[in-house]
Amino acid sequence: MDDALDFRRVKASQMNIQQMPQVSQFGSGSLAQAGSQITVSNVSRTYGAGDFAKQVVRDCSFTVDSGKLTVMIGPSGCGKSTLIRLLAGFERPSSGTITVDGKPVTGPGLDRLVVFQESALFPWMSTYDNIMFGPRARGEDTPEMRAFAEVLLRKVGLDGFRKKYPSQLSGGMQRRAELARSMINKPDIMMLDEPFRGLDSMTKRLMQEYYANLYEDFRRTTFFVTTDIDEAIYLADRILIMTNIPTQVRAVIDVDLPRPRHVVDINESDEANAIKMKALGLLHEEAMKSFARGSKAAADFVDAYSKRMVKD
Amino acid sequence: MSAARAVCIKVASFVIGDDFWRGIVSILAFLIFWEAGSRSHAWFGFAFPWVSQIPPPSAVLVELFKLVQELSFWMSAFLSTLRVFEGFFAAMLIGIPLGLAMAVSGTFYGVTFPVFEVLRPIPPLAWVPASIIFWPTQELSIAFVTFLGAFFTIVINVIGGAQAIDVRYFQAARSMGSSTWDVFRRIILPATLPSIVVGATVGVGITWAVVVAAEMISGGGSSGSGGGLGFFIWNSYVGGSYTQIVAGMISIGIAGYLSSAALRKIGKWMTPWISEG
Repeated sequence: MDDALDFRRVKASQMNIQQMPQVSQFGSGSLAQAGSQITVSNVSRTYGAGDFAKQVVRDCSFTVDSGKLTVMIGPSGCGKSTLIRLLAGFERPSSGTITVDGKPVTGPGLDRLVVFQESALFPWMSTYDNIMFGPRARGEDTPEMRAFAEVLLRKVGLDGFRKKYPSQLSGGMQRRAELARSMINKPDIMMLDEPFRGLDSMTKRLMQEYYANLYEDFRRTTFFVTTDIDEAIYLADRILIMTNIPTQVRAVIDVDLPRPRHVVDINESDEANAIKMKALGLLHEEAMKSFARGSKAAADFVDAYSKRMVKD
Repeated sequence: MSAARAVCIKVASFVIGDDFWRGIVSILAFLIFWEAGSRSHAWFGFAFPWVSQIPPPSAVLVELFKLVQELSFWMSAFLSTLRVFEGFFAAMLIGIPLGLAMAVSGTFYGVTFPVFEVLRPIPPLAWVPASIIFWPTQELSIAFVTFLGAFFTIVINVIGGAQAIDVRYFQAARSMGSSTWDVFRRIILPATLPSIVVGATVGVGITWAVVVAAEMISGGGSSGSGGGLGFFIWNSYVGGSYTQIVAGMISIGIAGYLSSAALRKIGKWMTPWISEG
């Protein structure tokens, strides 16, 4: 029984790799369009009250520029996911304001879509039905939308998997299906909360290249949260480095590397390496602070990152 | 043609498989132990405790063979099955919407759950006298007790299933533009379906247990052809036919197994996304 399962998984991930090149052949053009701008000013978020109050986000201000890919990076457990929930409108800030193109965020909206940490594909729907969820929810099951779903299915390399349920897809395929499910709604803003966490390093690398390719085709305003500095530099137009909990913006680094980007080029770019050193230095400091406060997660973080500093 | 071949291959691989032969061995060993036990006095000169009091399976088989040729036996089986289905479908019909409503609305949950939780531990059989008083006919009182057997299990499963839905599914659906009705129809309903199937499969088993006891206590229906398998067993006991008692018991076992198996099949068909692992 277990053997059969493993075999299926291996087979799936092989297909995964085989399908990658086919995808990048797809051109862009008419689909590309810029999105909206998010402005976050003096936002704080506290959970609980009185003696048990825990401030997670403190006086946070930044902008996510129109059509740009803004990556937020910070130590794990620092409150990044809370910020995503605030931006998405699932939760309200305790103080401060979040506006999209000047209009305050009061709840979830069609203009902002979240791709969650682990797959939130609906397990009871096939890949195709998952992708068509948004259009159908809005009564837009039109020939144009179906055609767009076809384009996206091919673009994310899941053409042959349209009738499969999420449980029959590999981790990487699930993420791609989820990207397609978001893209079909043509959101002004896409928010991704550590979308590639938990994937093995090979699949993760492929997904990053893949996602960079998707972004370069569509150029929507994107807010991308990660803990991986290489991922951040490879994808970002701008990196927000966050402090430890309660989180604040520690530094903003603009990444002016040319697009389309390739992982190999980034690895060899002096500019990218300079950004990496600077970012790692700041992140290391932040992690040390929470280490001093005795956080287990921070201790792991420091451990991992000091090894990388030495290696690099 | 190829479909027929696929079925043949499936049956063949099942027959060749280990589980099939283990099943055969299990049933044979059980029958041999039973046969030897109930004939222990004649065969070994001493009486096995308990087993020796029961008629041997060979005698039960002969009895069963006789019974299946009698219309009254089928009438009893039919009456019990009918009551099981009445009670079970009523429990599904009322239990699923009630469970969903309780899971979806906090207010409704707060108002109904305490009463529900007080009534739930009352064994369905404790309801028999009350339900005989409540309901105008005996048939209705038996069906009502049967209904209770499945009802609470189904409701509890539906509530549990609906409350365990990952909040991200709602967030995802909402941010893609789903209306409340759309969320209910395309998220809550399918996400709860596996729990409904589990509740139904367990519930139908309880229903069989309850219907037989209710029939014994209430003395069966008023029709001349007997009052269901429970009454049939009770009647056999009163009449002193021990082989009939056991034959009746086995028929109930088979009927219960068949209903659970049928529900599992239907459930699997309705929840194709749940992989067999």
